[in-house]
Amino acid sequence: MSISAELALESPPLAAERYAALIEGLRAIVPTAALLTSAEAMKPFECDGLSAIKRMPAVVVLPETIEQVQAVLKLCHHQAIPVVARGAGTGLSGGALPSADGVLLSLAKFKSILDIDETNRTARVQPGVRNLAISEAAAPYGLYYAPDPSSQIACTIGGNVAENSGGVHCLKYGLTVHNVLEVTFITIEGEIITVGGAALDSPGYELLAVMSGSEGMLGVMVEILVRLLPVPETAKVLMAAFDNLENAGQAVADIIAAGIIPAGLEMMDNNAIRAAEAFVHAGYPVDAAAILLCELDGTSEEVTELLGEVEAVLQRAGSTGLWIAKNDEERIRFWAGRKAAFPAVGRLSPDYYCMDGTIPRRQLASVLQQIEAMSKKFKLEVANVFHAGDGNLHPLILFDASKPGELDRAEEFGSEILTLCVAVGGSVTGEHGIGVEKLAPMCAQFAPDELRQFFALKAAFDPAGLLNPGKAVPTLQRCAEFGAMHVHHNHLPHPDLPRF
Amino acid sequence: MISYEQDLTPTLTATVAEAFANATPLLIRGRGSKAFYGRAAQGQTLDMAGHSGILEYEPAELVITARAGTPLKHIEHILAQAGQMLPFEPPHFGDPQSTGGTIGGAVAAGLSGPARPWQGAVRDAVLGVTLINGEGKVLRFGGKVMKNVAGYDVSRLMAGALGTLGVLLDVSLRVLPLPRAQQTQIIPMSATQALAHLAEWNRSPLPINGASYHEGLLHIRLAGAHSAVHKAMLRIGGDTLDHTAATHYWQALRDHHLPFFRAQTGDLWRVALPLTAPVDALPPAPQLIDWGGQQRWLWLDHPNDAAKIRSQAQAAQGHATLFHAAAGNPEAPFSPPPAPLLALQQRVKASLDPKGLFNRGHLYPEL
Repeated sequence: MSISAELALESPPLAAERYAALIEGLRAIVPTAALLTSAEAMKPFECDGLSAIKRMPAVVVLPETIEQVQAVLKLCHHQAIPVVARGAGTGLSGGALPSADGVLLSLAKFKSILDIDETNRTARVQPGVRNLAISEAAAPYGLYYAPDPSSQIACTIGGNVAENSGGVHCLKYGLTVHNVLEVTFITIEGEIITVGGAALDSPGYELLAVMSGSEGMLGVMVEILVRLLPVPETAKVLMAAFDNLENAGQAVADIIAAGIIPAGLEMMDNNAIRAAEAFVHAGYPVDAAAILLCELDGTSEEVTELLGEVEAVLQRAGSTGLWIAKNDEERIRFWAGRKAAFPAVGRLSPDYYCMDGTIPRRQLASVLQQIEAMSKKFKLEVANVFHAGDGNLHPLILFDASKPGELDRAEEFGSEILTLCVAVGGSVTGEHGIGVEKLAPMCAQFAPDELRQFFALKAAFDPAGLLNPGKAVPTLQRCAEFGAMHVHHNHLPHPDLPRF
Repeated sequence: MISYEQDLTPTLTATVAEAFANATPLLIRGRGSKAFYGRAAQGQTLDMAGHSGILEYEPAELVITARAGTPLKHIEHILAQAGQMLPFEPPHFGDPQSTGGTIGGAVAAGLSGPARPWQGAVRDAVLGVTLINGEGKVLRFGGKVMKNVAGYDVSRLMAGALGTLGVLLDVSLRVLPLPRAQQTQIIPMSATQALAHLAEWNRSPLPINGASYHEGLLHIRLAGAHSAVHKAMLRIGGDTLDHTAATHYWQALRDHHLPFFRAQTGDLWRVALPLTAPVDALPPAPQLIDWGGQQRWLWLDHPNDAAKIRSQAQAAQGHATLFHAAAGNPEAPFSPPPAPLLALQQRVKASLDPKGLFNRGHLYPEL
């Protein structure tokens, strides 16, 4: 059964009486214009970036003050109504998919940058501020916000914290969790809690890290303090071609082993290279088995020094072609191909399914070969782009949803890739989150006792389980069902659980 | 070389399971190098020092996985051989000739050395843990890869929890290449001038990874590519400390072996502040500034000063910890959190350790 078919079976809409009580309660909290109830008005909120899966909420609420958020949450807690918080809805795993019987809480009106402190290099922002808007506001001070998920033009910082978003510069500058200093959130009971702070390493539990990547299941964030960095003096990009994947994978390991941490280190396979080249004419070598894009940043002397070393390392690793972007224009063109990889692949096929597994870097060549074999088995093409520096693989599975069975095959292909990632010591998601999309692969990564521990931790924040229910952590029963589904792979993830 | 390979998982798990059955409080202990830190906890000792060994280390992956009882010194030695280091420079307290603390203790204490503002804290380096929870179950969270957002981040939750949430069996940590060049500049100036310089340099992309001030002397450690270090040295000015003296200085600062930490009496306070907080934000006392102005060490003599330093730190958007109390001082080490945050931490504790077995009262009386 596909994910969408399964979801249709759960969470029936609210009964008329409860719906009326909810709307009445909400009207007392927010102005009428901040309540969307018609199907037409709620339509844009029925899904996030995982648009294959849609569900209408009972109501959409757009509060604009912290007090309103508190009151909405208290009301929902009192009436036992599920709440799904949402930023810009650019997430790729269905984390912001509404509950049919619940409130979709949009933080879109929380879009003020409250303070830029240039000396302490921090920005205090509301959760609905766009990722790129922070860097734009910091630019006059020579500062920027480092994590740059590909959706940074549109995605919000609240969503970034909820997903612990990455980007192409994580290897050197870290994920969202490394760049956030403080978060203020509201509990489902309406209590306001601040974790972290402007001063480093406060005593008590590291709840700031727990909030990062918690997919809206622990609290609703209303204010965030992020760390800013000085804009590097210069950045240079080097592109290297390889005629086989092993050499490309080895080159990545060799760069790191040489003691160099590039700002970005990306790999694309031949299918991805050809798709991107046809789309944006970046100047990629279309006959290469793989290309590496390596960005170095820092002072101009430093970048020149490291560039020479990286060049030597790549040559030794058997690179068949090396290009250094001569100027910013060419640097941007080299990156344009990588950044357009998803839409470029999208042009080749009516639909594609983007995966997000992580693996130890040394496993790269072997994992890509196995994905190639799966591609033949499932009779579906796949293109691979890879945040090579931090081991984050994005296989893009090409399929046609209008052909019977192809969506199911694509999902099964994806699931098999993620199971492989776990088997080689990696994870089922590097930066897109679990949402509703990756509940099944979670069962392969975590044992029942670990899932139980996740539920216990969730209950410490949200005992009634009202915040973003059904996301991120699969129930044991669900894992048992998925397990049964996967028996033909000769692999039972939870042999100790009863089967249904 | 001494062998550190020993897996005590079965024994440790059995002990916790038995403690769970009998509701026996446990006192988790590595090598005791940080025993002075935190509130005194009661319980039957759970000795972790024997559970040691490096489980996985491939330098090109930038990750090391080791059992919790592995000596820090051993890990640092293995990393240095491959030209790498722990980014957070954990302190080694106690006699420099001793084996020193364990990696599990370093993660549990959550203390970071001079490079912390630039290279991240303990929690930033934690990628995964295997732990025994309060019901005696062995659980694995996080992993051995940089990017991993599957499930709640239980591994980072262990950093700084002082062992109150679980028994760490092994930890996976992110490591960094050693800097290609490193140089320390010393510049005489007043504390106020030092903070002003640090504020100015903080806005520029300079390769600083250490900055401390004490008794009229600012120490700046530059680290990175040769050319970057050289260029920054010209901008910052001052005299270059010779390599051996510099290495010794930063180690002595990290491990509290500088005369400032040894020659004083009274209570040693650690105050974390935004770097813009002026020198007079805190009570007048012997003071050492570290972390580029974001961590200040103070010796206070008078027990009545505790409330004052806590409230002044808070007013400056920071927090004060009684790091090392004089003998007999009953003052709590950590400032109590606001009631809703404390209640949440109690629920988090109960979710991992329902019977409150681990290091009871070590962090706060309620945990």
